[in-house]
Amino acid sequence: MARAISTRRKLTFTAIGWLVGFVIFFPILWTVITSFKTEGEAIASPPHFLFFDWTLDSYAEVQSRSNYLKHVMNSVIISFGSTFIALLIAIPAAWAMAFSPTKRTKDILMWMLSTKMLPPVGVLVPIYLLYRDWGLLDTRLGLVIVLTMINLPIIVWMLYTYFKEIPGEILEASRMDGASLAKEIIYVLTPMAVPGIASTLLLNIILAWNEAFWTLNLTAANAAPLTAFIASYSSPEGLFWAKLSAASTLAIAPILILGWFSQRQLVRGLTFGAVK
Amino acid sequence: MATLQTRSAARLMMSPAVLLLFAWMIVPLAMTLYFSFLRYNLLMPGMEEWAGTLNYHYFLTDPAFGTALLNTLLLVGGVLLITLAGGTLLALLLDQPFFGQGIVRLLVIAPFFVMPTVSALVWKNMLMHPVYGIFAWIARSLGLQPVDWLNNLPLFSVTMIVAWQWLPFATLILLTALQSLDEEQKEAAEMDGAGPISRFVYIVLPHLARAMTVVVLIETIFLLSVFAEILVTTNGGPGNESTNITYLVYAQALLQFDVGGASAGGIVAVILANLVAIFLIRLIGKNLEA
Repeated sequence: MARAISTRRKLTFTAIGWLVGFVIFFPILWTVITSFKTEGEAIASPPHFLFFDWTLDSYAEVQSRSNYLKHVMNSVIISFGSTFIALLIAIPAAWAMAFSPTKRTKDILMWMLSTKMLPPVGVLVPIYLLYRDWGLLDTRLGLVIVLTMINLPIIVWMLYTYFKEIPGEILEASRMDGASLAKEIIYVLTPMAVPGIASTLLLNIILAWNEAFWTLNLTAANAAPLTAFIASYSSPEGLFWAKLSAASTLAIAPILILGWFSQRQLVRGLTFGAVK
Repeated sequence: MATLQTRSAARLMMSPAVLLLFAWMIVPLAMTLYFSFLRYNLLMPGMEEWAGTLNYHYFLTDPAFGTALLNTLLLVGGVLLITLAGGTLLALLLDQPFFGQGIVRLLVIAPFFVMPTVSALVWKNMLMHPVYGIFAWIARSLGLQPVDWLNNLPLFSVTMIVAWQWLPFATLILLTALQSLDEEQKEAAEMDGAGPISRFVYIVLPHLARAMTVVVLIETIFLLSVFAEILVTTNGGPGNESTNITYLVYAQALLQFDVGGASAGGIVAVILANLVAIFLIRLIGKNLEA
């Protein structure tokens, strides 16, 4: 039952809400604004908030100086590639766990969750040495493999919670009608599972895009995705804030938009279905 | 009803995921364990020899370890405290009807989607810079002395940056839980004369307990491994003031090329993470049953 809410109360919360939202969002807003400044404007004190000559120079310079697009492509290939491969491995597994569960299914799921709790530094040294010996350091393939493996548990869990909601009777009915296992998956399960698969895909692309342990440790100039490329702006010599801002704005804008669309899946995916 | 045929098919479909994850977990972990008992430095190839527990001895008695352990606990604890308290307040705020609620919600969750290197560098330069940063400007405008955040308060600064990134996560989960609270329960309590504070303490807070447990569990797992934020802002310094366990192991492995020592550190990190994980999984298990 909706209660009558006084206008004054609503206006008060509007003011507080927007103020808080502005403060939390400010670092991002400030990055976007700074990306349209010259380097001189960027460090002006007191800061110029809106009244300055807006320019796209920083964006042009980021590209011409460092082949920015190559790093964008690396990010795209690594995040999309690892997510797709992990999905291909995870869909059959999650299907099996959701529709023919055994006594051990729960244990396997918990074990998968536990692999996620393994701190990456626990395996940093061997992975680094193996990659060095196999020539996988600073390659896109190497990162696709690592990110596939670290996101696989989350993907299995998410898919499992989505598949669990599909009534098993429908699958049994199709089985009674003589559908083979392959047909069952392609024609019956997939259409019903597509929304869940899509949300899983979305969330994991976001996670892979922003992953910043393995991308920083296993790449150099060649395969560096945006996380690693932007880290190179941490060098102390010179203040290149406008260029840093331009590179950052482009790196976070697409994923921010995807993220805004996926906020509900985010809760579900990152809590392993514990909060819906 | 699973038939024999579907059961074996199920096993077949599960095996790639299980085997791959198993290999991914067990092979490198076994190698780390093995290396941790070797004297093995990349700068001296071919000189590997059995070292027994010497690496552990060095790692655990190194004063840097104590500092890093304390820093890790302070970082995880600080971020948990800020995100739980802040997240609860934000969730309560976003649960109120007001104009533009949907947009404010988007603004509040935005930091979660910013890649760690970007948020760390933006905070380090444009907000926390002692001369040109926004914080310095605010301090000067108020007639105060600007603070050199990352040099004088390195761990606190890193905590702030990481908390900013994780605040949206806590908010979203607590908000989701809040919205599943039965409205009639609150109304009944209100009619019985419960004020806003006692309604919060006796109805809302117990309802949020499970969601808070989930937030603590998941954030802890991720926060134990904070790395990029430290790498691009302070490099663990000054000295070891903002070095956590993850960063310490990284430095030993890829900056000092001490494979044996870093492996021992890695195993210590795994044990610490497991202590937390077991404790937290029990906690969440209890909560799930309730």
